[in-house]
Amino acid sequence: MRVYLEVARTSFRRQTAYRAATAAGAFTNTVFGFLLAYVLVAVYEERAVVGGFDVSDAATFIFVGQGLLMVVGLFGDNEMADRIRTGEVVSDLSRPVGYQGWWAATAYGRAGFHFVFRGIPPFLVGALAFDLRLPAASTWPWFLVSVAAAVAVGHAWNFLLSLWGFWLLDARGPIALGWLAAAFLSGMYVPLNFLPEALAGAVRLLPFASMLQLPVEIFLGQHTGPGRAGVLAVQLAWAAGLAGLGRLVLGRAVRRVVVHGG
Amino acid sequence: MAEVLRIYRRLLGARLRSEWQYRTSFALLLTTSFLVASLDFAVVAVLFGQVDALAGWSVVEVAVLVGVGGLGFGLADAFIGQVDYATTHIKAGTFDQFLLRPLGPLLQLSAAEFNFRRFGRLVQPLVVLVIALPRAGVEWSPGRLVLLPLSIASSAAIFGAVWVATSSLAFWTVDTQQFANAFTYGGNQLTRYPVDLLGGWLRRLATFVVPLAFAAYFPAAYLLGRTDTYGGPPALAWLAPVVGLAAAVLAGGTWRRAVRHYRSTGS
Repeated sequence: MRVYLEVARTSFRRQTAYRAATAAGAFTNTVFGFLLAYVLVAVYEERAVVGGFDVSDAATFIFVGQGLLMVVGLFGDNEMADRIRTGEVVSDLSRPVGYQGWWAATAYGRAGFHFVFRGIPPFLVGALAFDLRLPAASTWPWFLVSVAAAVAVGHAWNFLLSLWGFWLLDARGPIALGWLAAAFLSGMYVPLNFLPEALAGAVRLLPFASMLQLPVEIFLGQHTGPGRAGVLAVQLAWAAGLAGLGRLVLGRAVRRVVVHGG
Repeated sequence: MAEVLRIYRRLLGARLRSEWQYRTSFALLLTTSFLVASLDFAVVAVLFGQVDALAGWSVVEVAVLVGVGGLGFGLADAFIGQVDYATTHIKAGTFDQFLLRPLGPLLQLSAAEFNFRRFGRLVQPLVVLVIALPRAGVEWSPGRLVLLPLSIASSAAIFGAVWVATSSLAFWTVDTQQFANAFTYGGNQLTRYPVDLLGGWLRRLATFVVPLAFAAYFPAAYLLGRTDTYGGPPALAWLAPVVGLAAAVLAGGTWRRAVRHYRSTGS
């Protein structure tokens, strides 16, 4: 266990090296927050409530969502896939540390960094222009656990997509396509509440809602009591399910690795 | 000039052959580009499932915005969006190679990082425009017929200029590509909706400083015969080519200054 903590810490520290990139990224998340929030506000010029959200809920959703993009890794991550393509995967597999756990630990280290430096600034700036909501004090622990679960689901998804590399060599295609679907269905482009009701209900059954929509709903206080525990249970179930699937596929994938000598 | 184009074409041919090596991935990436653009319109469709108008614009009117802006953005993305990779080459010190060859570094970069999958982005706005235009009640006149292709070209020029100008910053700051994304991809997001719905300061910024309002809003308003545009009369649409040209010249100057500032990694 300690070794994974150490891997996560190193991953966190690695992010601190890119200060200018982090500032630029937070700037971009903020700009997108404004652009998206203005569009939703225009929707509320016509209607007071959409799918249970009022205008403050919607604006808050956008800024919390922009803050969570990098935490959950909604654009996908090619690092593991690249190391499969270049053959560096051999050294990854020969480490005396679980392959899947090692990548999960790097994802958590990165998520921790992005939570602070990419998550908080867009919200603070957004609050200057829009009427944003803050959760009650008792909601914060639930939100943090929900985000941690979202990171696990996001990582498990990226891991599954990256494993394609063992068969295709270049897994960039599956990763791009897989994350495109995931991002849209997670509520990143538009809150799932804005979808037609039947469609929203179906999309909520998929694992992608667990990556963004559900944690943000918890932030907004849309779930309370046993319902909130239920949401968390759904997220954890998806995390365990996808990670378990990843483990199974990994077992078959490593048998395809051929080390060329010389 | 003909010589430059011949070299450019050969370089693109080489890129195509290299992309073709990983066929499955190439096909998936091409599909992804198409789908990315489609999702942009899917969001518009979702919103119009809830309301009939956004800032007074109907869904077909917004579709014209999406078409003009999307084609401009898609063309800029395909031919000049490669400046995104300037930062990668600066970081690795491999920008040297572009300075050693007898061809403009911007053209070389565009060829070296050319991605045919980016053409996938053009399909969706084209389809949207073809479907929307006959339904938008445009009163076609010679002026409007001329303006339509001209506004798409201007849109591409404006987006291209924004791309080059913001990416040039990388020569000073190395890894701030995300900053450029706020203006390029953010610009794509901004031009999809009437600027009326933006806060006043952002609207002024998009009209006078980073002239994205000329990349879709004014031309679309003129085509649609709307008279309620912010920031001036819709006839400002005729300024779009001038704005595009001026932006391109400014961006070119910025790029040349930036390249002169290049310091190799020394390793």
